[in-house]
Order: sequence, then structure tokens, then C-alpha cells
Amino acid sequence: MESSLSAPIIFFASIFTNNILLANFLGMCSFLAISRELPSAVGLGLAVTFVMTCTTALNYLVYHYLLVPFHLVHFRFIAFIIVIAAFVQLVEMVIDRYSPRLYVVLGVFLPLITVNCAILGVCLFMVIRKYNFVQSVAYGFGGGLGWMLAIAALAGIREKLKKAPIPKALEGPGISLIVAGLMALSFMAFSGMIQMG
Amino acid sequence: MAKTQVRTLFRKGVWEENPVFRQILGICSALAVTNLMTNTLIMGLGLIFVTAMSSATVSALRKITPERIRMMVQVLIIASYVMMVDIFLKAYLPDISEALGPYVGLIITNCIIMGRCEGFARNNPVWPAFLDGIASGVGYALVLLIIATVRELLGFGTLFGKPLMPSTWVPWTIMIMAPAGFFMLAVFIWIAYTLEHKKTQGKP
Repeated sequence: MESSLSAPIIFFASIFTNNILLANFLGMCSFLAISRELPSAVGLGLAVTFVMTCTTALNYLVYHYLLVPFHLVHFRFIAFIIVIAAFVQLVEMVIDRYSPRLYVVLGVFLPLITVNCAILGVCLFMVIRKYNFVQSVAYGFGGGLGWMLAIAALAGIREKLKKAPIPKALEGPGISLIVAGLMALSFMAFSGMIQMG
Repeated sequence: MAKTQVRTLFRKGVWEENPVFRQILGICSALAVTNLMTNTLIMGLGLIFVTAMSSATVSALRKITPERIRMMVQVLIIASYVMMVDIFLKAYLPDISEALGPYVGLIITNCIIMGRCEGFARNNPVWPAFLDGIASGVGYALVLLIIATVRELLGFGTLFGKPLMPSTWVPWTIMIMAPAGFFMLAVFIWIAYTLEHKKTQGKP
């Protein structure tokens, strides 16, 4: 049985009501590590969106045309992570070749996209929710944009927080988590718009 | 292996270098599964198993793994153990497997495991690596259980599904939703850092 939601609804829901970061807690590590400055946050967000959209498409094909026909569904974790790792490697090589400046800016965080749980998470959700190809791509693209929106918003807030008097023990990750919690609260207000299972 | 060394490993894993509130690693799942104690416990046990076994395996293979592809090898080792956990849960605890959803698979990308493999197992013999994996896993599971206790008790009024609060208690729904996960972890980090701060002030 396939999911009955239409692709545009999945797209908007994955940005606002089911934000991959604020509702599903995926991609937290890089969320807290990179979100100090707005430009690098947006750069990483774009890279993640691109990788996420392409890997959901690739993994959809791998899952439905390779794993299911050969009864290898249990190997999906390994298959997905190999596809993601290979794709990130490819993106890394292309960026290095054609835009060395962007390559330097992204630095070590580019290979780390491989272990960004948001990407594997989107691929696994796609299987669990039984999306078809178009729905999966919409979900991957929307999920990436939603992640970028959240990380860019946090980066903007953290730039302002530099001047704020924060209790010593709460500096760094503590205050970022509280800000993220407040953002999650405000994103919950979107849930009246669209519902996604 | 000396007893003191074991104790040092565990003290580091559980408190001094606790993966969750010291190094802020692997918090995705820490936030996602902590609204129910049962799920949290299973997740914690799964993570302890995967961390310990993959640390031991990475350590056993450390001399024959080519440096250039070691990340790939580590990810594949981790993924294999996660697969075992997933199949085990599907077979024996189907309800919990259903409730945890994609988060079991996401143990693969849990940075704690990769961190232990890269930071410890790669340069140490099998037995210490195995213990180090268990220690980190226990540190992770303990923090999660503490957070889950508060969230389930206030959010559902239950612990492990058993009602504990008096019947006049009105469940605090926000505790089981996403924002409270962030707030709870932030408060936890706050308390841990404050304690540490006091300790360092005490002895100049």
C-alpha cells in the first residue's frame, strides 16, 4: 500500500510541520557545530539539500529495483550508507575540481555529510512510509530545505547571542539547545496547516 | 588488564567524557526516543551492544585496515552490527521495533560509535576497546534514562507504562513532544556544567 499524500503536500510538510530537525531531531550534530555563522550555515544547508535530494532518488531505485526483488531488504542499512558515502565522495570531487573556493569553505564538513543522520533518516523514513518515487524526491528536497531553514535561523540567532549575558554553565551547546527548543515550539504552530503521518 | 584501568575507562565514559553532555554527540536519538522509558532502555542496550562490538572489531582489524579507506570500513562494520540489532528487535520485540521506527537504523550515523572507533579503538587492543565501547554506551544510556524518566513521568504520568502519578495529575503533553526534548537536554547540560564548575572552583 502506498502513501496517499500528494507530493506538494509532502514537500511543504517536510519543511514546516514535520521539519526533519525540529520535529524528528535529525542532523543535530552538525546543526550545533556549524550554526555559528550565517554564510557557512547556508553553504552547508545547500550541500545537504543537494545530497539529500539525489540520495533519496538513488536509494529509492536501489531499494525497489535491487533489494526488494532479491529479498535483501535487511541489508538496506548497508546499501543506503554505501550509496550516501559514494555520492558524497563524488560531490566532493566535483566541487574540488570546479569550485576550489567553495571546497575550502566547506572543509571537513563536506565528508561529514556522510554521517549526517538527517540524510540516512530521510532514506529510512521514505521506506517506512511507503512513498513512491515522486513523493520520495519531494520529501528529500523538502527535508533538505527544512534543515537549511532551521540551521540558518539558529545561526542568525547565535550571531546575536554573542553579545547576550548568558550564565556561564549554559554557554555553547546549552543555550543553542534552548533556542532550538523555542524554535521547535514556534514551528509547532504550523501544524494546523498540514498533517503528515 | 588492571582493575584501575577498567575503572578509569568507565569513569571517563560515564562522567568525565560522557558522550552526550560533554561531547554533545549522538543527541539526535537522545532527543527522539526519550519520551518513553521502554523505548529508551531498548535503544540504550542496542547502542551499548553496537558500540562495544564495533569498537572491538575495528580494534581487531586495525593492523590490516588500509588508512585511506578506514572510515568506509568502520561504517560498514557498524552497519553490520546495527543490522543484527534491527533483525533481533523485529523478531523478538516487534512492537518496540515499530515504535522506534527509523531510529534503530540511525544508530549507524550515531557519532558516538564513530567517535569511539576513531578516537580509541583504532589505536588500542581489542579488550580495552571493547570495554571503552561499553563505558561510552552506558554513559549514553544513563543520560537518556534520566531524561526519559522526567519526560514520561510528566508527559504521560507513567513509568515503563505503569501509572505512577495520582489520578488528579493532568498530563503535561508538551513534555512528550519535540520542544521539551531540547529543553530537557539543555537543562541537563546546564546542571552538569554547573556541578563541574563548582568542583574546579573548590580546588584552585
